[in-house]
Amino acid sequence: MIRNQRDFYAGLLFAAFGVAALIFAQTYPIGTAARMGPGYFPRLLGIVLVAGGALQAFLALRTKSEGPLVWHWRPLFVLLIGVAAFIVATPFLGMVVSAFALVVISSAASREFRWRPALLAGAIQGVAAAALFIYGLGVPLPVWPVFLSGG
Amino acid sequence: MDLLANLALGFSVAVTPINLLYAFVGCVVGTLIGVLPGIGPVATIAMLLPITYGLEPVTALIMLAGIYYGASYGGSTTAILVNLPGEMSSVITVLDGHQMARQGRAGAALCIAALGSFFAGTTATMVIAAFAPPLADLALKFDAAEYFSLMVLGLISAVALAHGSVLKAVLMIVLGLLLGMVGTDVNSGMARFSFGSPELIDGIGFVAMTMGLFAFAEIAVNLEQTMTSRILAERIGSLWITWKEFKQSLPAILRGSVAGSVLGILPGGGATLSAFASYTIEKKLAKDPSRFGKGAIEGVAGPESANNAGAQISFVPMLTLGIPSNAVMALMVGALIIHDIQPGPEIMTKTPQLFWGLIASMWVGNAMLVVLNLPLIGLWVKLLSVPYRLLYPMILLCCAIGAYSTNNNMFDVWIAILFGLLGYIFLKLGCEPAPLLLGYILGPLLEENLRRALVLSRGDYTVFATRPMSAVMLLMACGLLVLMIVPAIRAKREAVFQES
Repeated sequence: MIRNQRDFYAGLLFAAFGVAALIFAQTYPIGTAARMGPGYFPRLLGIVLVAGGALQAFLALRTKSEGPLVWHWRPLFVLLIGVAAFIVATPFLGMVVSAFALVVISSAASREFRWRPALLAGAIQGVAAAALFIYGLGVPLPVWPVFLSGG
Repeated sequence: MDLLANLALGFSVAVTPINLLYAFVGCVVGTLIGVLPGIGPVATIAMLLPITYGLEPVTALIMLAGIYYGASYGGSTTAILVNLPGEMSSVITVLDGHQMARQGRAGAALCIAALGSFFAGTTATMVIAAFAPPLADLALKFDAAEYFSLMVLGLISAVALAHGSVLKAVLMIVLGLLLGMVGTDVNSGMARFSFGSPELIDGIGFVAMTMGLFAFAEIAVNLEQTMTSRILAERIGSLWITWKEFKQSLPAILRGSVAGSVLGILPGGGATLSAFASYTIEKKLAKDPSRFGKGAIEGVAGPESANNAGAQISFVPMLTLGIPSNAVMALMVGALIIHDIQPGPEIMTKTPQLFWGLIASMWVGNAMLVVLNLPLIGLWVKLLSVPYRLLYPMILLCCAIGAYSTNNNMFDVWIAILFGLLGYIFLKLGCEPAPLLLGYILGPLLEENLRRALVLSRGDYTVFATRPMSAVMLLMACGLLVLMIVPAIRAKREAVFQES
C-alpha cells in the first residue's frame, strides 16, 4: 500500500524524466571527465534523477500520508483549450476574435461562470488587446480575420 | 570616496526622465499585482519582459525591479486590510497588521509599513553601495571550480528555505538543470534534446516556461478552491500614527532593516526569511510578548522593514556573483542575458551605470511607493473587490500574447501550455516550481564551469575539495543539507511555516 501518494508519484515522475534523458542522450558523445563531451553532464543529471526519484518513491512507502491526492483536470484543461484556440485562430481570425475566444472559453473554467459577463469581458478585451498590443506595441499579428481584410 | 561617487553615478542614471518613468510604471504595476489576488511578481515580470526588449538594459531592469519591490508593498496592503498576504513576503504582516485593522487602526498599520519599508530601502541602498564592490572583487578571483561550488551552494541554500520536502526540491533543481541543457551545446555545437525542432535549437523559451509554471498552473490550482470572499476592514482610520506608536516602531524598524540587510545577502535568503526573523526578534525583545498577534505595531514595523531590505539586498548575489537566489532573480538573470549582459562580477566594472543606476533607482522607487501608497490607498482598496473570475482570463490573455511576442512565434505559446500542464502536476504532487526555474537558469553555467574546472585539473574531481574556497562552499552546502534532514531541525522549520 502506498502511504504517501504525492511523494510516490513525484518520485516516479522524476525517475521518468531521468530515464528519458538517458535514452535521448544515448547518441551524444560522453568524452572523459577531462574532455567532456555533450553527453557527459546530461547523463550525470539523468542518473541523479533516476536515483533520487527512486529514493523518493521508496521513502513514500514509509512516510505518513498528507491526505488523499485529488485531481481536478477540468479547470486546467478548459484554460489550456482557451489558450490553444488562441494559438490556432490568431493567424487567420486575427486578434479581436481570438482574444474574445480565449477569454470566453477560459472563463468557463470558473465555477461562477455566467454567459453574459463572459461575453462582455471577451468583447472588451478583444478590442483592448488589439489596441494595446498590435497598435500600441507593434506585435506582428493581424487585427481582423485575414479573409475579410483582403490580406 | 568611491561610495559617494558610485551613488552619484547611480542617481545621475536613475533620475533621467525615461528611467523615472519606467521606475514609476514598475512601481504601479507591482503595487497592482501585489494587491490583486492570484498573480505574483514572477508571472508578471515574465509577462512584461518581452515589452522591455526594445528598452535600454538599465531601464528594463529598473522597471522589472520596481515590479518586484512594488509587489511586496501591495502585498502588505492586502495583508493588513483583508487578512490575506498578497505575496509570500507579507505572510507575517497578517498576524498583527490585520489585528490593528480590526481595531480601527488600519491607517496607522499601513503608514508604519510604508515608512518602515522606505527607511529599510534607504538602509539597503547604503549597504549595497558599501558591500557589493568587495563582493564583486572577491568573485573576480574565482576560478571555474569556485564558481561551480558557489552555484551548488546557491542552489542548495535556495532549497533550504523553500518549504516542503527537501528531496523533492533538490530533484526539481536537477530537472531544471536538465531542461537548461536543451538546445545547442556551446562547446561542441551539437543540438541536445531538440527533437529536430528548429525552435528548440536556442533552448526552451524561459519566458514561456515561467508563464506556464507560474501563471497557468497557479490559475488552475486557484480555480479548484472556492475563493473565500474577502472581507475588508471596516474603515481605514487615520493614516497618522501617534507619538507612542512611533516610539514603539522606531527600534523595530532599525532592527528589521539590519535583519533584512544581513539575511538578504545569503543566497536563498531574501524577503520572506527576513520578515520571519524580524518578527521573532521583536517578540523576543518585547517587554510584553503577549501583545503580539493582537495588534502590536512592532509586529508590523519590523517585518515590513525587513522584507523590503531583504528584497533589495537579494539583488546583490544576482548582480555581483550571477547567482539568483529566488525565482524573480532568476528572471532578472534571464533579462540580462537577453540584453547580452552576462550577470556576474564584470557588471560592476564593465557597466557601472547599469549596476549603480539600478541600485539608486530602488531608492527613488521606494520614495515613489510611499507617495503612491498612502494617499491612493482608497484606490487600491477598490481594486481588491475585482472578482477573480474576471481577472484570470485577462492574465491568461496577456501571457499568451507575451509568450508569442518573445520570438514572434506561436511555438512559445505551445511551450507555455506544456509547462502549464506540467506545472499543475508538480503543484499537485507538492513540488514547488521555483527551484526548477533556478536550475534552468544556472544549468548551462554550471555545466560550463564543471567542464572548465575539470579541464584544468585534467579530469581530477578532487579539485573541488583541494581548492580552499571551493571546499568551504561545498562543505557549507553539505552542512545545510544535513541540517535540513536532521529531524529535530526539520520539525522546527515546519513549525515556523505553520505559524503563517
